[in-house]
Amino acid sequence: MQYEAPTTIDQAVALLNNTGNASRVLAGGTDLLVQLRSGMIEPELIVDIKKIPEVRTILKEDGKYRVGAAVTGAELGEHEDLKAAWPGVVEAVELIGSTQIQGRASLGGNLCNASPAADAVPALVAAGAMCMIAGPNGRRELPVEAVCTGPGQTSLAPDEFVVSFLFPIPKPRSGDAYLRFIPRTEMDIAVVGVGIHLSLDADGVCSDARVAVGAVAPTVLLVGESAAALVGTMVDDAAIEKMIAAVRGSCDPIDDKRGTVVYRTQVAGVLAGRVCRIALQRARRER
Amino acid sequence: MSKTHVSTTINDDAVEFLCEPEQTLLDVLRDDLRLTGSKEGCASGDCGACSVMMDGRLVCACLLLAAEAEGSVIETIEGMANGSDLHPLQQQFLDHAALQCGVCTPGFLIAAKALLDRNPDPTETEVRFWLAGNLCRCTGYDKIVRAVLDTAAEMRN
Repeated sequence: MQYEAPTTIDQAVALLNNTGNASRVLAGGTDLLVQLRSGMIEPELIVDIKKIPEVRTILKEDGKYRVGAAVTGAELGEHEDLKAAWPGVVEAVELIGSTQIQGRASLGGNLCNASPAADAVPALVAAGAMCMIAGPNGRRELPVEAVCTGPGQTSLAPDEFVVSFLFPIPKPRSGDAYLRFIPRTEMDIAVVGVGIHLSLDADGVCSDARVAVGAVAPTVLLVGESAAALVGTMVDDAAIEKMIAAVRGSCDPIDDKRGTVVYRTQVAGVLAGRVCRIALQRARRER
Repeated sequence: MSKTHVSTTINDDAVEFLCEPEQTLLDVLRDDLRLTGSKEGCASGDCGACSVMMDGRLVCACLLLAAEAEGSVIETIEGMANGSDLHPLQQQFLDHAALQCGVCTPGFLIAAKALLDRNPDPTETEVRFWLAGNLCRCTGYDKIVRAVLDTAAEMRN
């Protein structure tokens, strides 16, 4: 195995392009190092992207936040403005692992590790975040929900990598939230995770919603029918019940040690209701 | 395969080393630099026995390639006492008998110091959440938490 730490995106792409499938991109390493050490993966080349400045910075461009793929959870949690704009996203990231893990773990790694239970992903999908992806043909943008194709699988080519995440300008009267269920208080993997973002018009009618559910299918689900149940309503109890029913209808989980199919489906609905009420409360606070 | 040359600062000393690409920072600290205070417990980032500070952040040395440490400032348990003068946390751990076998202790001390450096007056809940990534199979945690809280009080006075 070789280790390279390029300082530009072009160098990184060239390195990945030369080794193709035999290379791995290293951001925070909290998943990759475990896989390496256990022999799960045996890459010929590790491309550490953390020396590329763009990958390590949080910028505000025309009111939109651009967050580098390898910015750490701890750094996101300390960024008060980002937290105010996207509290659900930052909360989700902060749920990942321990203080030690927060010192390294990144949005890019959490997404591209492609675990169905990744905490940051439902929140990113609900927020409508886009990935900026670099590859041999230049850069392209892709919605976060289009990156993972199955457990451990992404739609990225072997010589592409996620450089940054671009968040939309938060609308007035909008809010996001994320909750996960685990049977303990800390240091666990989501049994179910739900991220919701919603916007209200001046009369308090829901004008836009995005509902994303994790750990209930091979990839994080963006549940259009749940969003449709909220849009055009005052987000009253009846609308929330309809949204919950659509969440449960979309669930296609596995039975494992963390929960059965029936349990996960039930919990997904309960969480969706709670998350929706938090997002609503945030949306009703004037931005 | 060629070795990577890495320049770092460890416990205020400039340290250069050569490492294999597969070596973790913990491997180099323990096996090559003979700084064996940092322990290997799980080797998967769950137990915190290998906790060190890297550029001011608490991290698991087992989850870092040694090559990633290029240009960074690292603090390990070996740098905590000033000669034979123990850091107040170390003394409180002794006074509270907040250790038995001692394998987790360096990690707890590094993690607790990182907490007190940023929050000199943590609540018990804050201490417990901050230290959730450090596992101790002997003490049941109460003595550790009390040692940290008492150190905080001592250092504030």
